Amino acid sequence: MTAVIDEARPQRVSAFNDPKIRSRVAQIIFLLLVLWLGYEIIHNTAVNLARLNKTFDYKFQFLWTTAGFDIIQRPIEYTRDSTYFRAILVGFLNTLIVAALGIFFATVIGFIIGIMRLSSNWVIAKIATGYVELIRNIPLLLQIFFWYAAVLKPLPGPKESVNFFDLAFLSNRGLVTLKFIWGEGSGYIVIAFILGVVGALAVGHWAKRRQERTGEQFHSFWAGLGLIIGLPLLAFLILGGPVTFEYPVFKGFNFVGGFTILPELIALVLALSIYTASFIAEIVRAGIMAVSHGQTEAAHSLGLRSQPTLRLVVIPQALRVIIPPLTSQYLNLTKNSSLAVAIAYPDLVAMGGVVNNQSGRAVEVVLIWMFIYLSLSLVTSAFMNWYNARVRLVER
Amino acid sequence: MTDVPSPQGWVRSEDAPRLPAPPNTTGPVGWMLTNLFSSPMNSVLTILGASFVIWIAWGVIDWALIRGVFTGEDREACVAVPNSGACWPYVWAKFHQFVYGFYPFDQRWRVNICFIVGAVTLATMAMPSLPYKKWNALFLLVVYPLMTFVLLTGGNLNLSSATIYFITGALLFSALVVPIAAFGIEEGIQRNKLALILAGIAVAIWLVSLFVSMPEINAFGGFISVATLINLLLLTAAAVLSIGHRASTRDIAARSALLGWVGAVSAIIAVLVLVTADFGLVQVETQQWGGLLVTLVVAVTGIVAALPLGILLALGRRSKMVVVRLFSIVFIEVWRGVPLITVLFMASIMLPLFLPEGTNFDKLLRALVGTALFSAAYMAETVRGGLQAIPRGQYEAAQALGLSYWRMMNLIVLPQALKIVIPGIVNAFISLFKDTTLVLIIGLFDLLGIINASFSDPKWVSPQTGTTGYFVAALMFWVFCFAMSRYSLFMERRLATGHKRRGI
Repeated sequence: MTAVIDEARPQRVSAFNDPKIRSRVAQIIFLLLVLWLGYEIIHNTAVNLARLNKTFDYKFQFLWTTAGFDIIQRPIEYTRDSTYFRAILVGFLNTLIVAALGIFFATVIGFIIGIMRLSSNWVIAKIATGYVELIRNIPLLLQIFFWYAAVLKPLPGPKESVNFFDLAFLSNRGLVTLKFIWGEGSGYIVIAFILGVVGALAVGHWAKRRQERTGEQFHSFWAGLGLIIGLPLLAFLILGGPVTFEYPVFKGFNFVGGFTILPELIALVLALSIYTASFIAEIVRAGIMAVSHGQTEAAHSLGLRSQPTLRLVVIPQALRVIIPPLTSQYLNLTKNSSLAVAIAYPDLVAMGGVVNNQSGRAVEVVLIWMFIYLSLSLVTSAFMNWYNARVRLVER
Repeated sequence: MTDVPSPQGWVRSEDAPRLPAPPNTTGPVGWMLTNLFSSPMNSVLTILGASFVIWIAWGVIDWALIRGVFTGEDREACVAVPNSGACWPYVWAKFHQFVYGFYPFDQRWRVNICFIVGAVTLATMAMPSLPYKKWNALFLLVVYPLMTFVLLTGGNLNLSSATIYFITGALLFSALVVPIAAFGIEEGIQRNKLALILAGIAVAIWLVSLFVSMPEINAFGGFISVATLINLLLLTAAAVLSIGHRASTRDIAARSALLGWVGAVSAIIAVLVLVTADFGLVQVETQQWGGLLVTLVVAVTGIVAALPLGILLALGRRSKMVVVRLFSIVFIEVWRGVPLITVLFMASIMLPLFLPEGTNFDKLLRALVGTALFSAAYMAETVRGGLQAIPRGQYEAAQALGLSYWRMMNLIVLPQALKIVIPGIVNAFISLFKDTTLVLIIGLFDLLGIINASFSDPKWVSPQTGTTGYFVAALMFWVFCFAMSRYSLFMERRLATGHKRRGI
């Protein structure tokens, strides 16, 4: 009788062999180790800083001291008397400028090359393969140096600059081009542009609805394009041309007026977009290859020609595969734009470096860098998660 | 004779003679018609594309070979010719620097040995058909790094007496594991109570000695703190108890545990003896290293250190333990979220601040720590991909066999997962190899750095020096990276099966 009860009772596992207890003990030990490591690092840093007669400025007060240095590219108001904070902000905006330009050009080049790689034309496909294999196997920093030091710097000086129809001049000081002067009432042009975009979206929506209802097609793309370009143009003409251009004029030793794009920026955007495009091309190719050939055949057998097949069947499915790695390439490009420091383009890292050199606030500057880049990557991955959830295959 | 008349008419009773395919669908002409000139649009594209390629190729050949200057003693040779192309004498003169940096001239054989042994073992490792992979891997991951360390730096490290005491203590302490490994945690602890108590006292004394200064006495040819002395005695006693107790039994588990411990301890001692021994090699400071040597050292160390760290992080990220998983996620995402250049700045500026006062840190070593941690995060994500590809059934089967977590991972999951991610690891290595160029920003002279620095040599300043230098750098990097990417593709094809689509 008692034997039966003993067997029925769950066997008491010794505490050493209980997986729950073991896991908890392991976690506590791990946590203690991590905390100890963190304490050691903070403690050592404090001791070392004290030895160097410094403290950790946990309120980041130093950001409000006068910077006292110039920056060669200022998207916002900045003078020598501005604060370190403003200098870092300028650097951050410069990073965003490089990243935006780079992302735009990298996407365009990347999609062209990626589609070229799948071309049935042997020469075209091999050119694209050659591009990808050449560019992605050469370090980015080397490419930046190449464009900057071997292509743009040896260009002739402003006096003998390469002239593009008197509209733009390429010299070793960069590309000098027209400058827009936004005159009285030019705000209406912007409003017209926004109206154009909204109108184009509305037309597209209406055309889609009508096609679903009646089957009639409407060239909404051209109509939309007409709206986006036409409305601002109309506003421009009605207002009597409030936007004027300032032409660069060569005077003395350099150009006066106009808008100058620094050679550093050109080199950086060129290198970043060409380099990243080689990766984007591979992503695009993989994305299109991932769409089963049966989809194309089914579309053909439904009577779709090859252009609508691509636009309506293959690309929407390929985008599902393309977008996630594409966003991470955009992120990589943004992070790689930090190589700007090597050719002294004033981006976030370069500005942080200058601030660190002047103020000696190494720890704080590194923390600012990490905070900004981490926020950027978190925002990007949040977008990626949102997009993945949106385009996820809806299965029964 | 084969045509048989029949009521329905005429029926063929044997195959018609085979006609050759139409001439415009076979042979070179057919190939060109389908691949180059299938439509007017394609013909135009073909001609445009071909002219573009010829234009580029001709530009490079013209610059490098036809207009290139091949002989000369200094810049005069390249400046003298008007509109000259590549300045090759500069490359001949500087090539040794590109490879070795400022490594002393008469010591470069040491670098060569490392290059050759590394290339041979790596090649034999990379060929899937060759046997002894395990031994090869062991050599490549353990013996080779040690060998290169001793050869390149000259070895002969000076360990402080405190470090030696600490290592001795730790090794003795590790003997406590032997009974636990042999009999399991519960029984192992019960059988070895006395030794555990002794070790506990030693640890307590060590902790107290961190805060309270102890008197020092003269022994072993130097001053040694009383606490250290007592600790070493206590730990020796504990170790003797743990081992001696086990040695008396004839249990197989006990013996193998003992053997494993002895093996591990003697391996560690061997490593320490190797790096501290004086082989009569001249010491070469890392400031003198440069060129391809630094590029390879940073890339290889980065990847070799990143592999185990990355595996641990990947396991941690998939662990059921919340603390471990959270730590792994934060670690991986932080390193992956910031650019390598900030990591390198952090390593070169902040690492010395993180360490206890007086720890002196080499610039190269700082960069190595930075790149290793950085690539560990990327490696972790690569390995995680492999772990996710292993079907659940494999884990469940391993658990059903009663394997513990580590045995399941070591024997069942990791061998399969790591095999899948070989191409990923090679790709990670390629990007790390390219990223090593960034160390020039923190003032190390890697291949690109040394080429960049050589432009300022007044002996070789000419309009074409820069372009030639970058051309050579690009060529060297390209050869390495392209070869590795081909290898990665080859492994991918070997490991993958399935049907792929070609063309749109």
